[in-house]
Amino acid sequence: MATPFLSIEGVRRVFGSGAGEVVALDGVSLQVARGECLAVVGESGSGKTTLANLILGIYPPSAGRIMLDGAELPARRRIEHRRAIQLVQQNPLSALNPRRSVGASLRLALDVHAIGPRAGRDAHVRRLLEEVGLPGEFARRAPAALSGGQRQRVAIARALACEAPLLVLDEPTSALDVLVQARVLRLLDDLRRQRGLTYVFITHDLSVVRNVADRVAVFERGRLLETGPVAQLFAAPAHAYTRSLIAAVPVVTPEEDALRARIAQGGPAS
Amino acid sequence: MTDAPTLLLRDLRLAFRGYTGVTEVLHGISLHIRAGERVALVGESGSGKSVTARIVLGLLQDQRGARITGQVRVEGRDLAAMSRRARVALRGRRMSMIFQDPTSALNPVYRIGTQFTEVLRRADPAITERAARARAAALLDEVAIHDPARVLDAYAFQLSGGMNQRVMIAMALANNPALLIADEPGTALDVTVQAQTLGLMRRMVADHGAAVLFISHNLGVVREFADRVYVIYKGRIVEHGPTAALFDTPRHAYTRALMAAVPRITGGGIPDLPERDDAFAAPMELHPGVAEPEAT
Repeated sequence: MATPFLSIEGVRRVFGSGAGEVVALDGVSLQVARGECLAVVGESGSGKTTLANLILGIYPPSAGRIMLDGAELPARRRIEHRRAIQLVQQNPLSALNPRRSVGASLRLALDVHAIGPRAGRDAHVRRLLEEVGLPGEFARRAPAALSGGQRQRVAIARALACEAPLLVLDEPTSALDVLVQARVLRLLDDLRRQRGLTYVFITHDLSVVRNVADRVAVFERGRLLETGPVAQLFAAPAHAYTRSLIAAVPVVTPEEDALRARIAQGGPAS
Repeated sequence: MTDAPTLLLRDLRLAFRGYTGVTEVLHGISLHIRAGERVALVGESGSGKSVTARIVLGLLQDQRGARITGQVRVEGRDLAAMSRRARVALRGRRMSMIFQDPTSALNPVYRIGTQFTEVLRRADPAITERAARARAAALLDEVAIHDPARVLDAYAFQLSGGMNQRVMIAMALANNPALLIADEPGTALDVTVQAQTLGLMRRMVADHGAAVLFISHNLGVVREFADRVYVIYKGRIVEHGPTAALFDTPRHAYTRALMAAVPRITGGGIPDLPERDDAFAAPMELHPGVAEPEAT
């Protein structure tokens, strides 16, 4: 990897102090190349969300640094940093303002970051909606009048509105049912290729990871356990913990049963 | 009526009266679950899974604007022929429910022990505080909670999601119900805890001899847990079969689309799926060896 687009260097994050001190992340170093999709996996409490919040600048690391495109991100982010790194959350209903129409939410992102000419905002909003597979008329609707999948598309459109090169996707499809999930994953994958986006994809769903990620970082209790290309990680997971995560995935075909059984026994996948 | 199924739905229809007229949401659901059987009802959001569960629990019958026709029989008894009081008496005794998010299903302002006593009093109003606590501790021990005293004195928000899920399972089975309804259990939990929860539920329903109506959109979980599967689409059952046969050779276009949508851990990418397909409206596909019992 020449110059990583996102580089996390020796990051540690501690919450509380004294006896109540919790080390949420410790000694984490990770690189993500431009245009890459890095999956971050682990159980609840493993530090996935802390990592997302550090990348987004919601709070600074206790030690270590985070670099974007070769420059260190300051503890207090400037507006251009906030524009460049956008978040898509698990629950789009709580991520969208319920009192604002879909169009107004998207417009706000364009206004705040002064993207495109003011006069062209309505047309811009319609283009964004169409880019995520929604009709332009949806601009007038309230988030409550949309289904879960449609709302998630709006949240993605808002991240696109900011023309952010880096998206942090925090369980973006785990609140959606399987057909809707497949369509949203398809959309995210297409957008990444068309726009050259970089994704940090946080999830505990290993079967999603297998099909959308280029590389995987496995976290356990605040530590980065192993990282590698997705095919390699599924073929020969190095750690027992990673094997147990793969073996716990509920699957639907006999081929997957066989893979899971081989991995659970600690053997190679094929 | 001793060999009556634990749950029998026959041509169940549900319509809501609204401002714009009557909207039918269930168009004739028939299904049955025998004692000790684990049966899944699978479908996407809005397909009618959860309203079906609410009707079985007797929660929609008294709601104005809801019009229910068809039969709902629990252990051979017709819910429609029962008084409201008799229907209420079934809940928490002959049937109980496990919800998707255990932490929000438990009351945040009462200790677990207090909520447990309340559950036990539904079946045995005379039970003493002390006896209830002892029984609750024994039940928590059954779900592999090794320090029941601490958990009984805790509030739900002090426990992890996995721990709350076990508490919910113990409570749901406390009065040995004939029917357990589980609505997306464990989908709010991560995979390892979800796997443990399923294993625990399987063992507990076997020990307590309960029949299970398992509602889910997660096909992997259904394949692991259920004996038989009904696939529901837009208020209609579109396919019914034993779990192995249904997953091996899904027959209905909708079931096949559902299967195709599941990402595989063996890879293969994300499938391109049609928004809607006329074939989804095709009649029900029935696998050999399964049929609805004769009408009584």
